[in-house]
Parts: sequence; C-alpha cells; structure tokens
Amino acid sequence: MFESLTEKLESIFKKLRSRGLLKEEDVDLALKEVRLALLEADVNFKVVKEFIQKVKEKAVGKEVLESLTPGQQVIKIVNEELCSLLGGSNSRIQLSPNPPTVIMMVGLHGSGKTTTSAKLARFFKKEGRRPMLVAADLQRPAAIDQLITLGSQIDVAVFHSKDTKDPVTLCEESIKKAKLEARDILILDTAGRLHIDDTLMAELKHIKDVVSPREVIFVADAMTGQDAVNIAKSFNEQIGIDGIILTKMDGDARGGAAISIRSVTGRPIKFIGTGEKIDMLEPFYPERVASRILGMGDVLGLIEQAQKTFEQKEAEKLQEKILGESFTFDDLKEQLKKIRSMGPIENILNMIPGMNKMKGLTVDEKEFVKIEAIINSMTSAEKRNHNLLNGSRRRRIATGSGTTVTDVNRVVKQYVELKKMLKMFKGGKGMKLPKFLPF
Amino acid sequence: MGLFERLKNGLSKTRKGLVEKVESIFTRGTIDETTIDELEEILIASDVGTHATQEIVDLLREKIKKGEVRDGDSAKNLLKKEMIFLLGSSAPVVLFGEKPFVILTAGVNGVGKTTTIGKLASRFTSQGHSVLLAASDTFRAAAIEQLEIWAKRSGAAIVKHQSGSDPAAVAYDAVESARHKKTDIVIIDTAGRLHTKSPLMEELKKVKRVVQKTIPNAPQEVLLVVDATTGQNALRQAQMFNDAIGITGVALTKLDGTAKGGIVFAIKKELGIPVRLIGVGEDIDDLRDFDPVEFVEALFS
Repeated sequence: MFESLTEKLESIFKKLRSRGLLKEEDVDLALKEVRLALLEADVNFKVVKEFIQKVKEKAVGKEVLESLTPGQQVIKIVNEELCSLLGGSNSRIQLSPNPPTVIMMVGLHGSGKTTTSAKLARFFKKEGRRPMLVAADLQRPAAIDQLITLGSQIDVAVFHSKDTKDPVTLCEESIKKAKLEARDILILDTAGRLHIDDTLMAELKHIKDVVSPREVIFVADAMTGQDAVNIAKSFNEQIGIDGIILTKMDGDARGGAAISIRSVTGRPIKFIGTGEKIDMLEPFYPERVASRILGMGDVLGLIEQAQKTFEQKEAEKLQEKILGESFTFDDLKEQLKKIRSMGPIENILNMIPGMNKMKGLTVDEKEFVKIEAIINSMTSAEKRNHNLLNGSRRRRIATGSGTTVTDVNRVVKQYVELKKMLKMFKGGKGMKLPKFLPF
Repeated sequence: MGLFERLKNGLSKTRKGLVEKVESIFTRGTIDETTIDELEEILIASDVGTHATQEIVDLLREKIKKGEVRDGDSAKNLLKKEMIFLLGSSAPVVLFGEKPFVILTAGVNGVGKTTTIGKLASRFTSQGHSVLLAASDTFRAAAIEQLEIWAKRSGAAIVKHQSGSDPAAVAYDAVESARHKKTDIVIIDTAGRLHTKSPLMEELKKVKRVVQKTIPNAPQEVLLVVDATTGQNALRQAQMFNDAIGITGVALTKLDGTAKGGIVFAIKKELGIPVRLIGVGEDIDDLRDFDPVEFVEALFS
C-alpha cells in the first residue's frame, strides 16, 4: 500500500515541532511531499505547480490549530483546496424544458463511453423517465451490437442502423424517432476518437451542431496519466463539454486525472463509474476523491471501516475476557464501562459473536450505575476474591455505594453465577444467562 | 520507408512535445539546476513517474558534479544512453517450440486488447502463418462479434462459445483444435479486467492452467496490453497481472495520441518486463515491433 501522505508529513514535522504560525520553510518542506504525492497520483505537473503555489499562499503564516500538528494543518489546507478545486457540490445532469434531453457522450477510445451510456440510461429509467440509446459509434467493430445487448439488459430501446455510414444523419434521425416515441432522454454513444484527429473531431462538432445536445459529457478513464490535460482541453475547446464522468474508479488508480481535467475544463464531474455492472454508476463526491488522490485513501470510507474494526475488536476482547478464568470484579466493571460507552446495549449485543441470536433481551441501563458503584466500593483484595465478602464487608460496601446490602448480595451472587457459567461456557456445555448481565 | 522512418513517423506526435522541449534545453549550452528541473518536468510529463525520473535526474546530477557532463550535448547523450539502458535490449515476439505457439493476452478494460489481437493476427497471417483466435472475452457485450470481424479481416480462424460461457473452456477448445489441425499460432482474447478484482484474476489464472493441460509450456507468450495514455497505475497493473499469470511482454497501445507512454520505463525497471509491440494507429499494419534503441533515438533525433 501507499504510505499515506499524512504519515510522511508527520515524520517531517516531528523534527520541526513548530508551534503557533506555519513558517514558510516548514510549508515548503511539507508541500514538497504533497507535490510528489500529487505527481504519483497522475495530476498533471503544471496543475500541480499552480496548486502548490495556491496552497502555499494560504498556508504560510496561518495559525496552527490547537488540536492539530503542523503536518495535519497543512494537509487540512491541501485537502480543502483540493475539494474546492474538484467542485464543491455534485452537480446533476441538466434536463431540457423541451424533451427529449439530448446527452452526447464523447471521449477517447476505451474510456468507457458505451458502458457509461447504458449506465446513464438505466439511471434515468430508474427515475421514471423514458430514455433511448443511440448507437452512433460506427467505427469500432461490433460497437452497435454491444449497445444493443446492453440496451436489452436494461430494457431500453436502442436506435441503430447497420447500413448508415454517417453518424451525423443517424443522430439527426434519432431525434425524430425519439419525438415520435415520446422519449424524454436521448443518449448518443459516439465513437471513440483521438483529440488530435481533425477529421473525427470535426465530425463530432458537426453532430453537436445538428442535434444541439443539452449536455456533452466527456467520458474519461480514471487511470489516465499526464496527458489528461491535453485530451480534456482539446475536447473542451473543439467540441465544448458540459460535464465529466470518470470511469473505472473501482480500480486502485489514485485518479489524479480528475484534478487535471477539472482544472483545465472548469466543468463539473457528475458521476463516477465503479464497476462493469450496469448499475455501477455513482454520484461524484469531491471529498472522497480528494482523499484518494492525496493517498489518504477514502478517508470517509476508512473511518467507517475503522469503526467497524474497532467494534469488532472490542467485541472479541470482551468475549476473551469473559471466557477467561481470571474474571475479577474489576474486569466486570471495565467491561460494563466499555459496553456502556459503545452505545445502546441491544446494538452492542448484536455485535458479540453468538449473541445476536438472543432475542427479547431487555437491559436496564440504571443497573449498570449501581453495579459500578458497588464494585467501586470494594477493596482491591475483595475485587479479586469474592470469598472475602462477609457480612460486615458487604454492609460497608452498601453504605459506600449508596445501595442496600440486598443489592450487594445480588451483585455478588450474580458475579459468582457468571463465573460458574463462564466455566461452563468454556467447557462447551452451553450457557444460562444470569438475570442482570447483558451477556 | 525503412522501419526506423516508420517508427519515427508513428512517434512523430510523441516526439513533438518532448523533443522540442529537450532540444531547447540542451541547445542552451550551460547546464544548471533550472535545466535539471526542466528535464525532470519533461520526464514527469511523459508519465515516466517520479521514481524513475528521480533516478535519471540524480545520475545526471552526479555526472555534472564529476565534470563528465559539461554541455547540452553530453547531457543529451547521457540521458539517451540511460533511457536505452533502462529499456533493455530489443525483444520482439519470437515464435519458438512446437506448434501451436499460444499467446495469451490480458489487460484492464479499454486498453485495446481485441484491436491489438486483430492487428497481430493480420501480421502473422500475412507472414504465412495459420492463426486461430480464441474468443475468451465472454463477458463484454458483443466482444465475440468484434473478434469475429477481426478474424474475417485477417483471415484467421476463430473458436467461440456463447456469450457468458467459461473463458477457460473457450481457450481449451481453441488450443485443442489448434493442436489437431496443426495451426501455427493461437491468440487468446480475454475480457478486460481491473487487476484489483481477485475473482477475475483467478479466472485468468484458470485460463492459463487449462491451456497448460494440452500444452504444458503454453502460453509461450503472455502479453499485457497497456494503454499509453495510462499514468502510474500501469505499473500496478503490470505488477498484479504479472503475479497472476506471469507476463512475458507488453504491448503499448495508442501511441498515436499525445500520450508518451513513459510508464514503460518503470515497468521494465521494476519488473524486468520488456515492451514487445507498440500500437501507433488504427490501421491494420499500425502494430510495430518495439525497439528500445530506435524508440529513444526517435525521441531525441
């Protein structure tokens, strides 16, 4: 795995320990690493240069927040800048007031136009619209068949003609057909082409002029390298694009092309393709892609994951303790405390392996407070050995914890029962739950 | 037109940006830090990657320190030498051993596998070899139809099953058929897959295993098709595909655009996998043997 940028920066800033304001030399040092991370993520070097300059201006002299290290502070600024560069909100595809809304898909060979066209058609169909696909890629062998197959998979009509040689005429006719059939969305799958192929670019321009699409969507492969700027710029200048769909985001490419394309075209990224299946089209979230580009993984996803792992680990530890012979009052208290900090008991129970099947388990949260108080009033020796707990000791504990001797007796009894039960559990003889314990 | 000229032709667009910039730097005469920075930028812009670039730049810096590099010319020669050295010696696809010679192709989605296979098949049939294509991309809609068109164009035979069937079974049938009919070459087309999808990588391993049931030393060539437009992820692709099925060579496609394909330096350096073929256009004869010396010469001439 990539070493995370945050880690790298942390190690640099360990030496500096600069507090207060971010100094220029510290920022420079940090941005050197940021620059490398961006380059490794395939962000175009010119875009990187501008970006670093912008961040530097914002960062130098900025106060380091109390809760952050200087490294984290720089990353925070970098992340914010990246997010704003990637475009604040996830912008939707605009619909025409007069249907059909014509959407024209353009891009290089193999960027994923045909698959994305079908995904988009499915997306609109789910929204209750009546889309139609147009097989306007007359170049690639079997491209028409591919779209027809995809269309039948999602039950969307595909306008095509195997005799037509001219995509302009085909697209023109498709609009008539769409109007006739009262289709409200028309998606044109055009042939992949090089941005420096003048003939084919002129053809694309011609199609655009004839069909006046509501949106021209530039389909770009998330794995694209440094050349992304040239490609996107050419398409935008020659054809004019309204939005971007990034494909193949389910791989492990860092997706720096997103920044390159976004910054040279200024157009929003509308969707990302996250798999080969037709339903794998997701809205674009700048924060997630920004973290990914910085090599911090998908921070949001990671936090979710970490939380899951944490809970899983806690649950396992808990079970281990319960199963252990050396289960003292202290352990009991510790576990109860942890359990209470983890949220509603019923939810926690579901996470403990084997516990999710126990239905109808009700837990009185107040009981925990009492138990804790009782245990707190015990001496260390008593906590380790319950046999010491004679009548006078129990009276002292009750007074100390503000409970009654009956309460103390019950806790001790249940603790003993629990210990017994744990032994049984360990021996695999099945188990019986004591009344007060959630486990 | 000689091969060198043709290569130069095909690479002319690649050349333009890089060469002009390099020329302008080197003809300046003196070498300083700005020059080195600019050189670094050029390599980065060609997708050479930060690591390989750093290595080349460090070397240049060292030679300058030692006084071995004083002017633009010697720097240029050194750089050329270094880049040729990084790419290793020329390594085209060479047929060997008993028939059939099996070529397994693989790569991520949309890199141009089927097109490359079509061009490769044409090259072999025009050389008088008999060729059988195995339509093992049973996943993508109409992939079989696409390969069929290429089979027709190139005069190759084709073995296909229904869409959605087991790719390994198709490959097995193809190799069996080729063995019986004494076909010279079998080229197996596989579905594009991201290297991160382990079930799909397992499927690819199975294709290889099944082929080996008929011919133990097959596939004699395992070609990874890489899109020259791809950035640093191409190295990851090469690593993962290599781990799964042992890549013997790279076919670098789409060099007719403005992308430089500089990632091949990293692939060679990190994994020792040579580039065998380059795609420089959409015509059937636009698939060429990759020659490192000519490639670098063409970049700098």
